[in-house]
Amino acid sequence: MEVIKIMGTDDTPTVILDAENEIFEISGRSLPEDVTAFYDPILQWLDEYSESPNAKTIFTFKLVYFNTASSKLLLDILMKLEQLKENGHDVLVRWYYPDDDEDMQEAGEEYADIVDVPFEQVGYTLS
Amino acid sequence: MDRKNVRGFLEFVYDFYKSMKAHEITLVYEGEITHQITKAFTSLTESNMAKEEESNSVQKKVFHVMVECLQNISKHADTFGSDDFLFAGRGIFMVSKGDEEYHVTTGNVIENSKIEELSKILDHINSLDKEGLKQLYKTQMREGRLSEKGGAGLGFIDIARKTGRKLDYHFLPIDEETHFFVLTSTISRTE
Repeated sequence: MEVIKIMGTDDTPTVILDAENEIFEISGRSLPEDVTAFYDPILQWLDEYSESPNAKTIFTFKLVYFNTASSKLLLDILMKLEQLKENGHDVLVRWYYPDDDEDMQEAGEEYADIVDVPFEQVGYTLS
Repeated sequence: MDRKNVRGFLEFVYDFYKSMKAHEITLVYEGEITHQITKAFTSLTESNMAKEEESNSVQKKVFHVMVECLQNISKHADTFGSDDFLFAGRGIFMVSKGDEEYHVTTGNVIENSKIEELSKILDHINSLDKEGLKQLYKTQMREGRLSEKGGAGLGFIDIARKTGRKLDYHFLPIDEETHFFVLTSTISRTE
């Protein structure tokens, strides 16, 4: 499958979707000018991936900031993962948050409440 | 400008400067709010806050509120009455910094027909406590749809949650068809 590799900027996150090497990751800051245009290829990639997924999918979110428009699209990604799980595949979301960032931690907890996917919260220290 | 006008203009500049100082305004902008403007203002404010060694959590809150306020204007400021160049699809944006608080203020023109719905949304948000806001955010995220302009209807809720304050808003009449909508968000520097 094709690999998506987008380097992050000051308003868009780093995205790596690489099924072969088992890397599924979104990190950094997300406040794109056009959220739909930015996230559409990612959602499409997930649709294609869902047709023949790996035995286990560990999806990593390591965001330091996202705006409310992005939060809706992040939910769309999580719902694709939920679908994957409902189809009997093994899915885990790893939600990284900076240790001192309660809001980011809470955002992860809220997503975990909304979608039916196993969530692992991981605090880390910003160097 | 003739001599008299120059003097009048200089006095205006000085009065304007004094007003800004009196209201502790650190940034003021009037015009079209674009993504580039949003990026420029947030990074300017970020670097100022970092220089002044503002705490991380305050920096983050101010950043969140600025982004949502600026995006509200860029997505919703009415182009109505566009023959009046002062108000067409634009807004005013201000940041002020006092000893205890930051204030982020936006102002933009809205059509009278939208006031009722907007007030309803804002009053509803203001009626909720922390837990209520959390539930509303989740519901809106689950059920709300992204608008054509890319808004998720989450901005005001997010501002209320991040600041822990009521949304302070006012509508000032401009003419028979429009009002000026002013929203001030306050972020505590001490909590």
